[in-house]
Amino acid sequence: MPNPSPSVPPLGFAGLGLACRRGERLVFAGLDFALPPGGALLLTGPNGSGKSSLLRLMAGLTRPEAGRLAWNGAPIADDPAAHRARLHFIGHQDALKPVLTVAETLAFWAGMRGGADVAAGLQRFRLAALAEWPCRLLSAGQRRRLALARCVASPAPLWLLDEPANGLDTEALADLLAAIAEHRAAGGAVALSTHAKLPLAAAEELSLAGFARRAA
Amino acid sequence: MSAFRRLVLRDLRLAFRQGGDAAMVVGFFVLTIVLFPFGVGPEPALLARIAAGILWVTALLAALLSLERLFQADWEDGSLEALALMPLPLEAQVLAKCLAHWLVTGLPLTLVAPLLGLLLHLEAAGYPVLVLSLLLGTPSLSLIGAIGAGLSLGARRGGVLLSLLVLPLYIPILIFGVAAVEASIGGFAARPHLLLLGAFLAGALPLAPLAAAAALRQALE
Repeated sequence: MPNPSPSVPPLGFAGLGLACRRGERLVFAGLDFALPPGGALLLTGPNGSGKSSLLRLMAGLTRPEAGRLAWNGAPIADDPAAHRARLHFIGHQDALKPVLTVAETLAFWAGMRGGADVAAGLQRFRLAALAEWPCRLLSAGQRRRLALARCVASPAPLWLLDEPANGLDTEALADLLAAIAEHRAAGGAVALSTHAKLPLAAAEELSLAGFARRAA
Repeated sequence: MSAFRRLVLRDLRLAFRQGGDAAMVVGFFVLTIVLFPFGVGPEPALLARIAAGILWVTALLAALLSLERLFQADWEDGSLEALALMPLPLEAQVLAKCLAHWLVTGLPLTLVAPLLGLLLHLEAAGYPVLVLSLLLGTPSLSLIGAIGAGLSLGARRGGVLLSLLVLPLYIPILIFGVAAVEASIGGFAARPHLLLLGAFLAGALPLAPLAAAAALRQALE
């Protein structure tokens, strides 16, 4: 039995001794992370090292093979509903419907979480001019911006972003970084995976390469 | 607006904008039933004898036709993953999607069934019970079908697998649905059969979303 050790920080999101298995393969093992309020965690590592797996684990979509996740010291497995309510997870797919407009898409996703500020989401990612466009007309970068706008349109203290910069041009990337900075300034935490260097201030980098080797 | 209503409205909006499912289901229902007089001959007595069975079997197959898409599209574009992380429990979301599915398939089927009954020379006494039995039975088809749709997610040829999983479970609904109509034509009480259909629905309403949500979580792992 893992005893509730003092090494779990009392505030924020933390993982201790995490292991993840996909099918027969142990992707990583013995992984610790700590993500305080206002913090940022950059997940790096080669393809297949488990960046997406770790984010899905953090979101509660999969269960860890070993180890535990805690929010403010309380295990997230104890209250999965509360954990879902406090996080935004933007996976590598954008979750858009070709026949819904940009504004409808954002209103739906934000509305599913209660309180929606669709205008703020559109504004932050410069989508206001596209608000009435059906999603099937959007380019890859515009689709990504719309997916990311979900985070801004309904507030949540924890953002989990899987390769958020994929397909973004320099202007949209600046929007993303500004959105993250505003989120952190308001006490929010963000964990994101990336293969390109992202200029995030005071971000902690967690390379999964080492843990993958440990697992193998 | 509650998250439940929002999800129902979104699925309805998708169904109407894409226009495919509801029209296809009703089209399949009508066309298949029109085939029967050609296949078995236009004798009114023969058609009247088998009308209730034809209507129910075809309604069941038509509902099955659209079930493959119930979660498939959401699964493919990442929406299902995002939905699973919404505060509204996945079980309630399954219920919302079943309700939307029934509104665009089961309800139109129920409404056109009496017209097709005319084509098959269904006896006059059968019409009210036909509509009532479909009204009670088709929601169960959507609910039970959701379990199969969840379990067959990600499988190659999921549609075939879905039919194999779900059709055996549809048998009781078919039996009591047809029995209700035949009883009313034969001058017997249709009430016991309708009550049993209601009992199936009352059982499926809480149980099917639980099972389907478990299947979806498995698919998302």
